[in-house]
Amino acid sequence: MADSLPIDPWPRVELRGVSKHFGEGETRVDALVDIDLTVLAGEMIGLRGPSGSGKSTLLNLVACVSEPSAGWMRLDGDVVYDARWLRGDLRRLRLMKIGFIFQTHNLLPFLNATENVAEAMELAGMSSRQARTRADGLLDYLEVGHRRHAYPSEMSGGEAQRVAIARALANGPRIILADEPTAPLDSVRAHVVLDLLGRIARDHEAAVLVVTHDESIFGRFDRLISLRDGRLVATEEIKRPSGVSAPASLPVL
Amino acid sequence: MNLALRDVRRNKLRFALTTLGVGMLLATVLSMTGIYEGALTDALALPRAVGAAIWVVQPRTFGPFAEPSRIPRDTRDLVRRMPGVAAAGAVTFQTVQTTVGSKPVRLYLEGYEPGRPGGPATIVAGHGLTESHYQIVVDASTGLSVGERVPLGPYRDPYTVVGLTHGMVSSSGDPMAWVNLLDAQALQFAVPPPLERREQAAKRTPPTTTDINAVVVRLEPGASASAVERNIVRWKHLAAVPEAQEEGYLTLFVIQKMQQQLGMFMGILITVSAVIIALIIYTLTMDKLRSIATLKFIGAPDRTIIGLIVQQALTLGVAGYAIGLALVMAMKNHFPRRVQLELRDLVIVFVIVIVVCLAGSVLGVRAAVKVDPAEALASG
Repeated sequence: MADSLPIDPWPRVELRGVSKHFGEGETRVDALVDIDLTVLAGEMIGLRGPSGSGKSTLLNLVACVSEPSAGWMRLDGDVVYDARWLRGDLRRLRLMKIGFIFQTHNLLPFLNATENVAEAMELAGMSSRQARTRADGLLDYLEVGHRRHAYPSEMSGGEAQRVAIARALANGPRIILADEPTAPLDSVRAHVVLDLLGRIARDHEAAVLVVTHDESIFGRFDRLISLRDGRLVATEEIKRPSGVSAPASLPVL
Repeated sequence: MNLALRDVRRNKLRFALTTLGVGMLLATVLSMTGIYEGALTDALALPRAVGAAIWVVQPRTFGPFAEPSRIPRDTRDLVRRMPGVAAAGAVTFQTVQTTVGSKPVRLYLEGYEPGRPGGPATIVAGHGLTESHYQIVVDASTGLSVGERVPLGPYRDPYTVVGLTHGMVSSSGDPMAWVNLLDAQALQFAVPPPLERREQAAKRTPPTTTDINAVVVRLEPGASASAVERNIVRWKHLAAVPEAQEEGYLTLFVIQKMQQQLGMFMGILITVSAVIIALIIYTLTMDKLRSIATLKFIGAPDRTIIGLIVQQALTLGVAGYAIGLALVMAMKNHFPRRVQLELRDLVIVFVIVIVVCLAGSVLGVRAAVKVDPAEALASG
């Protein structure tokens, strides 16, 4: 991480009392219970926990593909899932403000690297030519520009993951979520990807939330949060960014 | 960015093979429509080539094509003398089976009087009949050529091919052939000598060999057809059938069943095509569910997903149609029966293909719209 941060102190992600359960009665499963979490601009947070601890559920909630059962959630200043939010608004929020990096890159197999990145921009309304130019710029930024015409099946795991990161950055997201982005990579490439995410958090003033099991990269986060049985059980400050502090509380918009 | 075309571009071979399959299916549908139209054209080719205004036939029959008709030969002279009649010709029709070399040949044989109505309209090779006996004009679809000999009749008398026509077949698809009326009467009505001797011994009159099946009548310019018809039917042993009505008999009685059969077959083929196209589109969609979930996850609206599936379905349909049409155009002259592609039928089949593709994509669209974006998170 950089010594000096940009930095917009406004929390990019703020969860208060968030719970999520599936089913009712005897079949009810509490996937998340009373989660409070704040991620600031420029912060890179690690999220760990055993299988079934609620990591993916938490990621789904922040990615706005699943609705909390209780509590409220604010993303880049907007409280989501209140009565004003329609399905299309959530989709637009995901498109414009949230970048997602999947465990297995999830690039569209029928698009080459440039097209995969440009598609996200075109969905946001950018012209095809602009989108391609910007996509190529992002691929260069992630040092994978030489593979812009390659299809996912022709790329190495590391290259594909960088293209996936470029796609996640396509629309200048304020929040970047990553679901075990280093799982398919060897340790050298895993650290390269973490370096990239750290750089992106700093350069793009984005909040980065990374789900990981990989102990070798725990030291690369600003904070490491542990989940167990749907509860947030520990927060380990690793290298807190200087000059940034989370506000104690923020009004609900 | 057109995702459907990008997917097609990336999976060229798979899409090409799928489209080829759909194209062959549509080629069958198109050839059926062509055979359907061809059957109608074939059936009407002969009466239209004769160019008669009125057919004089045996009363209370649908002759001479839908039902046998037998009238005296002097009917031609009788009718010719009627006011308003420009020309009249006596004709006979029969189907004959013979062998040329080792090749079986089936002909729809017309006997006519050279110089009178009823003969072949256009001769593309050789010439018309020039002698009273043992000459024959055949359609080129027989595969025979000028100078070949065709054995006909119980004693297999050799008839020399002197001329060829093109595209003249009967309603059953048999090639047409023309011989002199005298020869045709002998072939149709003559009894073999042993039977003739038996009839004479029994003091019975041998069957006449001078009857004909019909008289074709052409009218003078401005003559009233109905007046001529009224004159003809004053003779109780004759019936007058206007050309349009004769064509109606052919359409209604001779080829209707075949057309219904072809229509049913086309309906089944179109249904099968619809099911197969729907299955292909559904399978193509199922193969892309993870990509669709990812697209939804990153914020693609439903219309992008629906567009992907529908455009691909339409691409499949249009490309399949083009392949099908190209196949039929390339193969149509090799079909044993006439395949006649009408623009109207081509447009109808194209519209059906588009509708089938749109309907077929419904299953895929439903599956795609139901996909939960969260499925993109599933590993693997």
